[in-house]
Amino acid sequence: MRVLLVDDSRAMRSIVARILRKIGIFDIDEAADGQEALDRVKAGPVPDLALVDWNMPVMNGLDFVISVRKEGEFRSMTIMMVTTENEHGQIVRALAAGAHEYLIKPFDEEALIDKLAILGFVGNLDEASSEQVHS
Amino acid sequence: MTVANDQFTFLQELVYKRSAMVLSDSKAYLAESRLMPLARAIGISDTGEFVAHVRRSHDVKLEEQVVEAMTINETLWFRDKRPFDALRSHVLPDLISRKASARQLSIWSAASSSGQELYSVAILLEESFPQMRDWRVSLLGTDLSREMVDKATSGVYSSMEMNRGLPAAMLIRYFSQSGSSYRLTDTIRSKVRFQQMNLASTPWPSLPVFDVILLRNVLIYFDVGTKQRILQEARRRLSPGGYLLLGTAETTSGLSGEFETVSAEGAVFYRVKER
Ligand SMILES: C[S@@+](CC[C@H](N)C(=O)[O-])C[C@H]1O[C@@H](n2cnc3c(N)ncnc32)[C@H](O)[C@@H]1O
Repeated sequence: MRVLLVDDSRAMRSIVARILRKIGIFDIDEAADGQEALDRVKAGPVPDLALVDWNMPVMNGLDFVISVRKEGEFRSMTIMMVTTENEHGQIVRALAAGAHEYLIKPFDEEALIDKLAILGFVGNLDEASSEQVHS
Repeated sequence: MTVANDQFTFLQELVYKRSAMVLSDSKAYLAESRLMPLARAIGISDTGEFVAHVRRSHDVKLEEQVVEAMTINETLWFRDKRPFDALRSHVLPDLISRKASARQLSIWSAASSSGQELYSVAILLEESFPQMRDWRVSLLGTDLSREMVDKATSGVYSSMEMNRGLPAAMLIRYFSQSGSSYRLTDTIRSKVRFQQMNLASTPWPSLPVFDVILLRNVLIYFDVGTKQRILQEARRRLSPGGYLLLGTAETTSGLSGEFETVSAEGAVFYRVKER
C-alpha cells in the first residue's frame, strides 16, 4: 500500500514514517504542504492513504481535502487528518469535506495504529499485531 | 527527584514487554502516585530513585508489581475491535431474537475503568440496533476505583483518550466540546450507570442477572483462587444463554469447567455449559 504524508514539519513526517515502516508499510511519499500534495496526487500513482496536517503554508490541509475531493478519480484515496486542530467543529468540517478519519496531535504510536485498524489498513488490534509493531 | 522522561520510557517498555499493554505518554503523571507505595514498601522514599533501582536490579517480581501498578486502568474505545464486531453480528442478534417478548436486555462491564468499554457498547447499540430503542436496556459499569467510577460517570475524555480506537464519525455524533475535552451526549450518558464494586470480595452483593458480562483485562491481576471464585460468581449472574467475554489474553480454562466457548468474528465468548 502507498501512503502520502502531508505535513510541513519534517520531524513529524519522519516520526510517522518510522511508525508506518514498523508495521510493514514502506511505500511512503511526503509533501510539505497541500499544494505539493495535490501535485503529487495528480502526477500519480494515487496513494491509498493520505495523512494530512491541517495548518500548513501555501495550501492548508482542509483545502487540500476539498480540492482533491472535487476530482472524482481520487475518490479511492482514504484521507486521515493528523492535526493539533482539536475542536469538535473542525472535525465535523474535515469529515464533511471528505476526510475519513481524524487523529489529534499529540498522539502516540498505538493511537495511529488504532486508527489505521479502523480504516482497515492493518489487522485487528490483537496481541499478534501489537507484538509485531513493537518488536 | 521524580520520574524523568527516559525513566518513563523505560516503564513503557517494561509494561509492554510484560503485559503487551501500551502505556500512552498521557499516563506519565500516573507514575508518581502509582509507584510511591511500592517504593515505600522497600524503603525508598523517591519514585525516581525507585525506578532507577528497578532498572538496575532486574528483579522479576518487582518488575511485575510495577507493571500491575502502572497498567491498572488502561482502557480504550472498542478495545480489540473483534469482540465488538461479534457483539454486533452474532451475540446481540441472538439475544434480541431470544428476548423478543420480554424486550429487556442487561449488560455489565465488570471492571469498567474510565468507562470506554461500556460506552462503546452503548454507542454500538445506538448505531446498529435502532429497533431496541423501546426495549428496557440496562447498562451497568463497576470498578474498584472510586476515581475511575467518577470519571466514567462524568463521560468527559481528553483528546489523547479520544484518539484511542474511537472512529471520528462517532466522535462527531456522540460527543460535544467541553473546554479542551470531549463530553458524551446525554443520550448515551443517560443509558449507563456506574458504581463501585470489588470483584475480589466474594460472595458478591446481590446483583441482577445479565445477558452479557464483560470481564475484561482484570482477571490478570488476580491469583488463581480469586480468579476461580470470580468466575463462579460471574456464572451465577449470567442469564440462561447469556454471554461472558474475557480479555484477549484471558481464559476460563484451568479455572472453571462450567463454560463452553462460542467463536464469532475471531472473538471468543463463554457460555454456561448445558447440563
Ligand atoms: C486494565 S483495566 C480494564 C478496563 C476494561 N475492562 C478494558 O478491558 O479495557 C482494569 C480495571 O480493573 C479494575 N480493578 C482492579 N481490581 C479490581 C477489583 N478487585 N474489583 C473491581 N475492579 C478492579 C481497575 O480499577 C481497572 O480500572
